[in-house]
Amino acid sequence: MARELLKGNVAIAEAAIRAGLTSYFGYPITPQTELLEYLSARMPEEGRAFVQAESELGAINMVYGAACTGARVMTSSSSPGISLMLEGLSYIAGTEVPMVLVDVMRGGPGLGNIAPAQSDYNQIVHGGGHGDYHVIALAPANVQEAIDMTVLAFDLAEKYRSIAVVLIDGSLGQMMEPAELPPFKPLATQFPEWAVRGAEGGRERRFLSSIYLSPPEEEKANLRMLRRWKDVEANEIRYKEYFMEDAKYVVTGFGSSGRVALSAVRAARAEGIPVGLLRPITVSPFPYKVYEELSKKVDGMLVVEMNTGQMLEDVLKAAQGRTPVEFYGRVGGIVPLPDEILTEIHRLVEEKPAVGGHPRDRWMDRMIKMN
Amino acid sequence: MNTLEQDLEKLVYERPDTLVETTTHYCPGCTHGVAHRLIAEVIEEMGLRDRTIGVASVGCSVFAYNYFDFDFVQAPHGRAPAMATGVKRTLPDRVVLTYQGDGDLASIGMGEIVHAAARGENITVVFLNNANYGMTGGQMAPTTLPGQKTSTSPSGRDVETAGFPIRASEMLSTLDGSSYVVRRSLHDPKSIRLAKKALRTAFEVQIRGLGFSMVELLSICPTNWGMTPVDSLHWLESNMLPYYPVGDYKINPIVAEIKI
Repeated sequence: MARELLKGNVAIAEAAIRAGLTSYFGYPITPQTELLEYLSARMPEEGRAFVQAESELGAINMVYGAACTGARVMTSSSSPGISLMLEGLSYIAGTEVPMVLVDVMRGGPGLGNIAPAQSDYNQIVHGGGHGDYHVIALAPANVQEAIDMTVLAFDLAEKYRSIAVVLIDGSLGQMMEPAELPPFKPLATQFPEWAVRGAEGGRERRFLSSIYLSPPEEEKANLRMLRRWKDVEANEIRYKEYFMEDAKYVVTGFGSSGRVALSAVRAARAEGIPVGLLRPITVSPFPYKVYEELSKKVDGMLVVEMNTGQMLEDVLKAAQGRTPVEFYGRVGGIVPLPDEILTEIHRLVEEKPAVGGHPRDRWMDRMIKMN
Repeated sequence: MNTLEQDLEKLVYERPDTLVETTTHYCPGCTHGVAHRLIAEVIEEMGLRDRTIGVASVGCSVFAYNYFDFDFVQAPHGRAPAMATGVKRTLPDRVVLTYQGDGDLASIGMGEIVHAAARGENITVVFLNNANYGMTGGQMAPTTLPGQKTSTSPSGRDVETAGFPIRASEMLSTLDGSSYVVRRSLHDPKSIRLAKKALRTAFEVQIRGLGFSMVELLSICPTNWGMTPVDSLHWLESNMLPYYPVGDYKINPIVAEIKI
């Protein structure tokens, strides 16, 4: 299939259709609305289910019902909408049914703004809804990856009976780039043994629920989910490396931050600085081991995010003080520029910061002087 | 065995197969058992067992899926109509019902029920109204009557501060998507027979693709009302019926032609 110019949100929507999306439920919110708009036309065209729900609460619970049938289902939203969906996400996780969620992050907290941000990393990666559960979260950095990871998200969600999130920010949702769409997958005709589809042929009844009134049963369910998560951690860690073979310094960031950082890394390389880029693709499960190994051999790391240092905490956890870690973030809907990151690379190389103290505190001091 | 004994042993009333043979968690005298039985009988009589999917809600009926012998899912509090929408839109040829209490449907789930009805969602809602939150121990519900004492309206519901009860059937009947919205009561045998007929009609409406159907069933909660079951039935009759009159609130003209 030929490459064509596609907008991030639209590309994800079409990729989902080609991956076998059977039912979509959504609610308008900038900057993800094109996903909803596109699917409102395309899903009926394919004879599949589309409902514009009354709210994000409605949308996620429609997804919940549809997911219980074993079909491929999806919803999409942006930061404030995701907050409303957390109740449903916890139930879906607790019921162990697969679904795909697209989160096109914007500035927050509260109503925030509609500019690109990554301030919902913790909300997605470290919880959000109540209870012990994990979601698989994929962080593409360009439209092609957004397409590929949407398809992957459906496969992983099904394989692990899990929620799979495609985590992007508003810039990627709105950006147009040349990309290639995947071929059409036929819709499933076989469904898992847990799927609730009506007890056809007089088979025994099935029910799906997230309630385990007996604490030992709930404990068993929690451990079952954790075991499944351990499999995800063992098999599904994904990341991308650039210029890492001889790198003495590492810049790291996910999604758009990682993409902008790559420009800075290239510029630094042109100056002869031995710096590489590590861009996690799965932010959940987080590639702790990869960072742990790196921390044993590099002279410093720079974490770049469009938040106040959320993934930073995971990097620090993995680095364990073995190497200096610095942080650079832009927040509130501001995307960092390659030059700003290059300046930070220079600082990391020239100032050789101490291991002690917190990188966020040092960054804040610099930001206060700037503002 | 003589003829008389044979006649005595003739089975005239038995548990429908669609109702699981088990002990329920419902309190003695509670009308959930009656409502369950009516649904099970209708599903069985219509031969729908193999293609019915129930959506349980949060409240006393949270475990409804334990008692019906057909497929079930269980929704978050108030979200059953949304979940049912997801099931129905994905599997349009299945029969989908929600079973919800008054706190679930008329308070926390008001958004979901209104929009399911407005969309003309082709599902059947069985709405149990017992004028309080049963599962959590008898708190004031949106359906609690003015002056009615509950654990959160200990001096009786004061409409000045707690507002007025919501008549869900009347409200939903104003929506064009509603095809069949009726209120029945479970306080005496005659009313129970009429309730069953209404449930049958509601499922017929869904099977014919006529849109949203809801049967509100006035119910008792002896434990939380602090009355015997018999006194509760009388209380329903003399207090709830005047405020929540039984009746047909929305009948799609095509529904009127359905003969049960």
